[in-house]
Amino acid sequence: MKKNDYIIKVEDMTVAYSTKPVLWDIDLDIPKGVLMAIVGPNGAGKSTLIKAMLDLIKPVSGKVLFNGESYKEHRKHIGYVPQSESVDWDFPANVLDVVLMGRYGELGWFKRPGKKDKDLAIDALEKVGMKEFADRQISQLSGGQQQRIFLARALVQDADIYFMDEPFKGVDAKTEGAIVELLKELKNRGKTLIVVHHDLQTVPEYFDWVVLLNRQIVKVGPVEEVFTDENLNKTYKSTGQILKR
Amino acid sequence: MSPDLEIQIIAVIVAVACSLPGVFLVLRKMSMMSDAITHTILLGIVIAFFLTESLTSPLLIVGAAIMGVITVFLTEVLNNTKLVSEDSAIGIVFPLLFSIAIIIISKYAGSVHLDTDSVLLGELAYAPFDRLELFGRDIGPKAIYSMGTILIINLIFIIGFFKELKIVTFDPALATILGFMPSLIHYSLMTLVSVTAVGAFESVGSILVIAFMIGPPITAYLLTDDLKFMIILSALVGAINGVLGYQFAVYFDVSIAGSMAVMTGVVFLLVFVFAPKRGLVTMIRRRKSQRFEFAEKSLLFHVYNHEGDSDERVELGVDTIQNHVNWDKNFLNKIMKTLKEEKKVYIEDGIVKLTKEGRDFAIKSYEEIVSEF
Repeated sequence: MKKNDYIIKVEDMTVAYSTKPVLWDIDLDIPKGVLMAIVGPNGAGKSTLIKAMLDLIKPVSGKVLFNGESYKEHRKHIGYVPQSESVDWDFPANVLDVVLMGRYGELGWFKRPGKKDKDLAIDALEKVGMKEFADRQISQLSGGQQQRIFLARALVQDADIYFMDEPFKGVDAKTEGAIVELLKELKNRGKTLIVVHHDLQTVPEYFDWVVLLNRQIVKVGPVEEVFTDENLNKTYKSTGQILKR
Repeated sequence: MSPDLEIQIIAVIVAVACSLPGVFLVLRKMSMMSDAITHTILLGIVIAFFLTESLTSPLLIVGAAIMGVITVFLTEVLNNTKLVSEDSAIGIVFPLLFSIAIIIISKYAGSVHLDTDSVLLGELAYAPFDRLELFGRDIGPKAIYSMGTILIINLIFIIGFFKELKIVTFDPALATILGFMPSLIHYSLMTLVSVTAVGAFESVGSILVIAFMIGPPITAYLLTDDLKFMIILSALVGAINGVLGYQFAVYFDVSIAGSMAVMTGVVFLLVFVFAPKRGLVTMIRRRKSQRFEFAEKSLLFHVYNHEGDSDERVELGVDTIQNHVNWDKNFLNKIMKTLKEEKKVYIEDGIVKLTKEGRDFAIKSYEEIVSEF
């Protein structure tokens, strides 16, 4: 990475749905190897921010650079864990099928997943504690299990940067603990993780970097510096949402 | 070959060719799009006919394919404005384009050899009359070759892009990130649907095309949990519907296309009711046994929670327990009888008590429920 400390740079990004702006003039530098939470009130544009960074939504203005390059050069190194309700779990597939999809980017067009890919998928399932579910129909999974499958799918991508949209949504305490362990392990292996997060109470415990977002960036930086009552009040004041902290 | 056999071969080829893209229409929740496309392609055919002045030109298929894609595109444009829902958008686009075709045909009815009845219902019985000759030799009905070609194209597409179709259908966002261009796959699939429809409706009519595209895939969907198997199974179901439909039509001397569409519905209904895992009967039976099992467990929990309490006699009394669980008397008796037979509870001094097995079972079940997240 030479001297470049920032792995992701967002410059002057504005995002709008039809004509209504959702995110205003976002400038964001994300250093390599952080475990970062994006927090903010409902409707603050948290999911929109990561979707725009991933080019799933076209920004009105601005750009995103990964290691100084555009997203397209980097897509192989980017893992994505969408909200679990974003897909149809009645789709005819088993757990292994879904995890294998994480290998598709590496395989490219036409090539089919082979034995090596299956082994990697099984390994990833083992890491999320779901190995014995490999042949299970995805329609029979609970919310927490769905989330683990998506995580396993991101793991087989062996990406450098992971984007996760509320990975703790609808999971029980045990699964949440397991996911946090996994995120920390990834961070220790030098990966960068960007996580949309809802629960303010757990931010200091789980994350080391935080973005406070409410249509604009309110504050960004290390959790111990930035995650203060004052900044949180700034982030949440326009909403009247009551802080549980 | 007898015309009898030829008709059935054509029907089987059409059914299989339709079922292949149909699987993905069903999984992408776009069943109604097949309805729209099978009708609007008529406009493409009519326009291409006026340009080429020939009813046999391959440009007719090109025109139809383009019109199919335009149909999908217009629907999506309307839907993306968020002012109109997708089904309403189809409801606007489809009649509009189809009616333009009908008006053109009726205006030039004298000079155009296209008739709206045959477009809607087709006539499989006439297909064997339209022969293909090679070097002056009759090599069979044309429909076998035209639909055979389309079937092969569909097979190549589905097999070649199986992985891509799968990820684009299941998780378009991830597909985009990994560089698989969902809209390219989407429009290729829609082009295929249009080409298949135009090839098929000449011989079987657009209603049967819809039946063949949607019926077998949803039938297969109820029978399997594996995408590959779903594709194979829907091809098989389509072929069976075609043959059964033909036999039915011959036996009762009725419309062939009509009978095949009816068979498609009948086979679906049979599977819907009797499918081993997802059928109605299984579901009702499962729900009933779940209700029973659940009642057994909750009664055990109730006894477990109150055993040894000061109000044990009230909560667990043989005559009073009914007030506490609030069940129908017969149902309670049935559950009690089963639990006693399974030696999970016994009655002592007019009070329901847990056996050791019953207590262990209650604790184990409770733990299972709690850890089941």
